[in-house]
Amino acid sequence: MFQYAGYSLLATHYSLLKIMNYEAVIGLEVHVQVKTASKIFTRVGQGYGHEENTLTDPVVLALPGALPVMNKAALDAIIKSGLMLHCEIADVCKWDRKNYFYPDSPKNYQITQFDQPICIGGEVEIELPGEARNVMGEHKKIPLTRIHQEEDVGKLTHFAHDSLVDYNRAGTPLMEIVSDPAIASAEEAYAFLTTLRTTMVYAGISDCDMEKGQMRCDANISIRPVGQEELGVKVELKNLNSISYVRDGISHEIKRQKAVLKAGGTIVQETRDFDGITGTSQSLRTKEDAHDYRYFPDPDLMPVRVDQAWKDRLAAECPERPFDKQRRFMAAYDLPYTITSVLVPDRELSDWFEATVAIAGKPQAQAVGNWIANDLLRDLGAANVSLADAKITPAHLAELVGLIEAGTITKQIAREVFTESFGSGETPSAVVERKGLKDDTNSDELEQWCRDAIAGNDKAREQFLGGKDGAINAMKGPVMKASRGKANPKLVDETLRRLLAE
Amino acid sequence: MSTPLTFQTLSGIADQLASGALTSVQLTQAVIDQTAAVESRVNALLSHDAADALAHAQASDERRAAGKPLGPLDGIPIALKDVIAVRDQPLTAGSKMLEKFVSPYDATVTIKLKEAGVVLWGRANCDEFAMGSSTENSAFKTTANPYDLARVPGGSSGGSAAALAAGEAIATLGSDTGGSIRQPAAFCNVVGLKPTYGLISRYGLAAYASSLDQIGPFTRTVEDAAIVLGAIAGHDHRDSTSFKTPIPDYRAALQEKKGPWKLGIPKEYFGEGLDPEVGAAIEKAIEFYRQAGCEIKEVSLPHTEYCLSTYYIIATAEASSNLARYDGVRYTHRSPDAKNIEDVYFKSRSEGFGDEVKRRIILGTYVLSSGYYDAYYLRAQKVRTLIRQDFLKAYEEVDAILTPTTPTPAFKIGETTDPLSMYLQDIYTVGVNLAGLPGISVPAGFTDEGLPIGMQLIGQPYQESDLLAIAHTYDSAHDWSGRLPEL
Repeated sequence: MFQYAGYSLLATHYSLLKIMNYEAVIGLEVHVQVKTASKIFTRVGQGYGHEENTLTDPVVLALPGALPVMNKAALDAIIKSGLMLHCEIADVCKWDRKNYFYPDSPKNYQITQFDQPICIGGEVEIELPGEARNVMGEHKKIPLTRIHQEEDVGKLTHFAHDSLVDYNRAGTPLMEIVSDPAIASAEEAYAFLTTLRTTMVYAGISDCDMEKGQMRCDANISIRPVGQEELGVKVELKNLNSISYVRDGISHEIKRQKAVLKAGGTIVQETRDFDGITGTSQSLRTKEDAHDYRYFPDPDLMPVRVDQAWKDRLAAECPERPFDKQRRFMAAYDLPYTITSVLVPDRELSDWFEATVAIAGKPQAQAVGNWIANDLLRDLGAANVSLADAKITPAHLAELVGLIEAGTITKQIAREVFTESFGSGETPSAVVERKGLKDDTNSDELEQWCRDAIAGNDKAREQFLGGKDGAINAMKGPVMKASRGKANPKLVDETLRRLLAE
Repeated sequence: MSTPLTFQTLSGIADQLASGALTSVQLTQAVIDQTAAVESRVNALLSHDAADALAHAQASDERRAAGKPLGPLDGIPIALKDVIAVRDQPLTAGSKMLEKFVSPYDATVTIKLKEAGVVLWGRANCDEFAMGSSTENSAFKTTANPYDLARVPGGSSGGSAAALAAGEAIATLGSDTGGSIRQPAAFCNVVGLKPTYGLISRYGLAAYASSLDQIGPFTRTVEDAAIVLGAIAGHDHRDSTSFKTPIPDYRAALQEKKGPWKLGIPKEYFGEGLDPEVGAAIEKAIEFYRQAGCEIKEVSLPHTEYCLSTYYIIATAEASSNLARYDGVRYTHRSPDAKNIEDVYFKSRSEGFGDEVKRRIILGTYVLSSGYYDAYYLRAQKVRTLIRQDFLKAYEEVDAILTPTTPTPAFKIGETTDPLSMYLQDIYTVGVNLAGLPGISVPAGFTDEGLPIGMQLIGQPYQESDLLAIAHTYDSAHDWSGRLPEL
């Protein structure tokens, strides 16, 4: 009897432990504003930070009789996005009306795509954090459900008794990128958005600045006991205004759901608003408030056939995908992971790198990578200058690396030369010439400096002779000092060793 | 006795302007005078601006004096149905909702008319948002039929038809979603053309049902319709449903195309509900074509019985969405009692829309609702395809189809109060819109009571030249439009 009870207690305990072990299932819906010159259905320009209600016309304001006409550049951009993310591109695109009343929506319907998105399936490759900064993390592919096209709405500002609406944003082309419920953690969601942003910036589709609302993310989050097939009740999290807030919001929501279940409660299907500053969320609405959007095909827009030639043309315009480039940089240039992870996320920077290597030669790739990752980025940051506006060019850096390789200048001198070229745009050779930085040490002079250094460092000499190789460095310092930094370190090393061996 | 100036044909007036026998200012003044004389009884126009019209007439005369006229329409006063945008003019759509709205932009047809030198004259009354068959649904006034002031002019473009019939304009524009040009043309003894869907830009036409709406002219003769059509047809980059097709010289085609044609008579259009006098007039027209050497064939349009239901599902579904923009937030009527955003919507729309518009918005909302969409909207779209196929099949055998425009002549104001009976007015015209085809109503006689009767000819897609030539053959051999109303 006792034993039976004991067994039963153990079994209960075991199953409880098992139930306590939950896993999260997350799906993301990401809205990305497309960077076209004009709005999606009219020729009015689009952009951020303009005077209120200046980017409007009869179409944007939904005046009687105004009609939408598809902006082909917006269509090109979403097809390109689909190609970058391995989606299947539909042969025929059509648009639907999503009907609901809200003052930020001038027509009181949104033109979107309901049952036939332009991009079907696809995937986003992500990289999870590695065990250390210099170690590549695990890569995963998050499957996409679809990407569809729609239009943005205006912006409401609420006051005590009134609300004002600015229609500048209304009609900005948007893409909604929907992932499968296949994201397992807040970190994965963070990585997903990072890849998405890099990809969009790479292809010139969007700047994805979340502060400006160019990328916006809603997350559908549920948890389930590990091993259970069926999905748990999902909660939609809104107003995640930065990639970090997405991570924080999801972490918070997973914890909240676990706490609810542990306390014996049930998860309610609802939409919650996450406040990134306080790190808390509150319910916005529950499932019962769900709209009937009465979708139907928009009779004002004819379906568009996307033929193979069109797709091929856009595919040819697509840049190399960032992770593909990273793998290529590591393989072709033998670059360490850390350098590639600095170069690759910035398309301009990686182009700059390749332009430099093209001049300097492949064997100099590592050196070029180091110069960019360390000196170039530091000087750009310090001067608050963008790469496009920098005075230093790939030709300059290639020349500089060549001067070091040839032994004309030391690495230390090269830093000084770099800073000069960076500031003025003067070529490195010209700087070296003008400032007399060339290593013009003759061998007699060098040998004398080395003898003096050995003589003045008895302790180091004995340690070196006693087998401690590193002790030689203590003797190099005085030599470099005597040469005012111009001596070729390689030559100094050789001379010291030769003299010590005498 | 010669025909009073404002009742003469557009082509005849254009000749007088060209020869210098008449100036646009004289013509425009005659239109203004005639309007002043009859408008209090006809109530065809919602607004007009005599000074503005005379200024444009003056400019036209100066162009002509300088030897630079812009074409046959230069200096001709034309009134537009009040659903077509004209910059700096009111655009009410016959609705309280837009009572104070002034359009800041021109519709594409307006731009084209301006470029042709037209003197834009007056905003013609219509059923609210073009929903109706009698113009009784206008929020502002009830237009009378010039041939019997106790009767309706038809609708929804009743003001456009009545204004022309009463000599208040030389031509007018209307819009036709289910018969809204052809039915009032038949009631008012004028020619009314609904072109192929996509031939004329809809940009600037306050939308009722986007996939059915089409702008078209009212004129005294088919030849005049050809002149106006040529000026307003053509692809427009602002309307992606407008079709890229070359625009022929429609007027020249009237002389070039002489037939004989094969005309189809759909048996489904001559059944129960057709007024005997209307039926007899159409029989006479058929006989005319037979005498002219045309082959007359009976054809079948088997899905005709589904036209009305299909139309009222598709049109109202689109309308429920199209009219959502009239919400009290921006440029429409806003209820003074609104305290919050829900009030702005509910009260503004309750006060701003009339009963028929509300009825159609509710119907359209219903057929698009989750759970009903497949049974109504989706099915209606399928039937619409069948209806179009009926016509295209008939066109394998015939060049055009001839029918009555309406089952009855004009009815009395206030007589038809049941919405369903009103909807039956469109029974011969809606199929044309659903199939996207061109249709024209041509005056075809009078009842014993003196009420006009219209004949409808239905053509093939984008073959307006043929349709107009066929209609012209009859129209040029008759002078029904010469029988003026007694006002």
